[in-house]
Amino acid sequence: MSQEIILAGFGGQGVMSMGQLLAYAGLVEGKQVSWIPSYGPEMRGGTANCSVTISDEEVSSPIIAEPDTLIVLNRPSLEKFEQDVKPGGRLLINSSLIDIEPQRQDLQVLKLPVNELAQEKLGNTRVSNMIILGAFIELTRSVTLESVLGALKKVLPEYRHNLIPLNRRALETGMKVAKTEILHLRSCG
Amino acid sequence: MAKVLMKGNEALAEAAIRAGCRYFFGYPITPQNEIPEYLAKRLPEVGGVFVQAESEIAAINMVYGAAGAGARVMTSSSGPGISLKQEGITYIAGAELPCVIVNIQRGGPGLGGIQPAQSDYFQAVKGGGHGDYKLLVLAPATVQEMVDLMGKAFDLADEYRNPVMILGDGILGQMMEPVELTEQNHTQRTEKPWATTGAKGRSPNVITSLFLDPVELEKHNLHLQTKYDRMSQETLWENYKTKDAELVLVGYGTSARIAKAAVDQAREQGIKAGLFRPISLFPFPKNALQEACKQANHVLTVEMSMGQLVEDVRYNLEFKVPVHLYGRVGGMVPTTRSVLEEVKRWVNSGEGGGNL
Repeated sequence: MSQEIILAGFGGQGVMSMGQLLAYAGLVEGKQVSWIPSYGPEMRGGTANCSVTISDEEVSSPIIAEPDTLIVLNRPSLEKFEQDVKPGGRLLINSSLIDIEPQRQDLQVLKLPVNELAQEKLGNTRVSNMIILGAFIELTRSVTLESVLGALKKVLPEYRHNLIPLNRRALETGMKVAKTEILHLRSCG
Repeated sequence: MAKVLMKGNEALAEAAIRAGCRYFFGYPITPQNEIPEYLAKRLPEVGGVFVQAESEIAAINMVYGAAGAGARVMTSSSGPGISLKQEGITYIAGAELPCVIVNIQRGGPGLGGIQPAQSDYFQAVKGGGHGDYKLLVLAPATVQEMVDLMGKAFDLADEYRNPVMILGDGILGQMMEPVELTEQNHTQRTEKPWATTGAKGRSPNVITSLFLDPVELEKHNLHLQTKYDRMSQETLWENYKTKDAELVLVGYGTSARIAKAAVDQAREQGIKAGLFRPISLFPFPKNALQEACKQANHVLTVEMSMGQLVEDVRYNLEFKVPVHLYGRVGGMVPTTRSVLEEVKRWVNSGEGGGNL
């Protein structure tokens, strides 16, 4: 099994750290992983993206041309990457900032207003990225919540470990909302 | 030791420390900046010296000085900076001093861009500066291999008293992969009786690349050549499904990984493809390449250049098999799909043939 994911958004939305966390969670589970950032003259407010591969086998090419899953936190990212997603792949959209509909009809689409959810449920918009990551976990089961939390402990410096409970709640919120959405989608046929 | 997730550049820097490198002189340039950034923090912790010089030229000459004094020393840069260092590199090669030079390649020519490329291949393997000299050139393809080759690079530099280049690219430098860093430093320590460490109680050592007497200079060049010939025992390579391969892909670094994925997809479609990956680019693994291409009707190089590796592959196969090129440049990276298309194109062309 191999899962290829592209994560994209504005610089500052936590796209890179979300990708790193995902890769680290894969590593915690003993899987083969790779993480490649877009790099260049980038800045807060500019566009940023990263490619993550989580696989049971050796990652031959870490370059992702056709992701299984695309996670987009802003509109330019949806417009840039939507056509690349593998046929029948998954698309997770931050509907707080993306006000257009995806063009593709063959994708499993999940829209979450993560900025509002973060504000309303957790009182902190900075964990919006963790809500969509939670939704990704629920949807794909590529890694477990426990692995992501284990990865957080490794990625965050000790003096930031007080933020882990907040991040856990954000991940759980994403998982819960995704679960409801998936059930809803299924019942709609 | 458990695996950790590290950026290629950072893993390379940590591996250098563990290989006993205590001196780094450099000047910033993307996409290798994490190397000096990491070493600026780490080297003082282990009693080492980090200097951000006023230019690449200053940096390589500091390397020259430290190497002359017998230190384990390295520098790193990317294309434009490596070009600036060429004068110093040829002096170091001429004076027969050990050091490690890292080139995390970006698109050229000129200032070019900052995205990954492999267009400094000729510069790396053919010398790069003036005069007849060679560098040992090692090309890792994974973050783990960047770590593993670092210790080897320092050992080879000491053994041959010659600069060793690690040739990476922007993707390898920037990407994160799980990596296992060895606790112990397993590298060899060579005595350096030639180093200029103070001549008290012995006759002075002289380090120079200046030989005004043509007789002496020719003798020096012949001596260097013997050394480069001796390096041919250091070839490194990887074969992947080449045994029965009718089409052999050849690539190094990031391109080799893309080619490997293409081999798997080609095999799924019943095409007998394989991959030959040179790890040492100089010395070039000639015999191993010929062996890998024994059944091949076609050979296809995959590289991020307009065609540099392809020339060495043709030369080393002695022009007996058609060797084609698939190259992307300017920071564009080949995709597995496009490589597979090329593979099919040549397999279906009906041409080819020739046997080694």
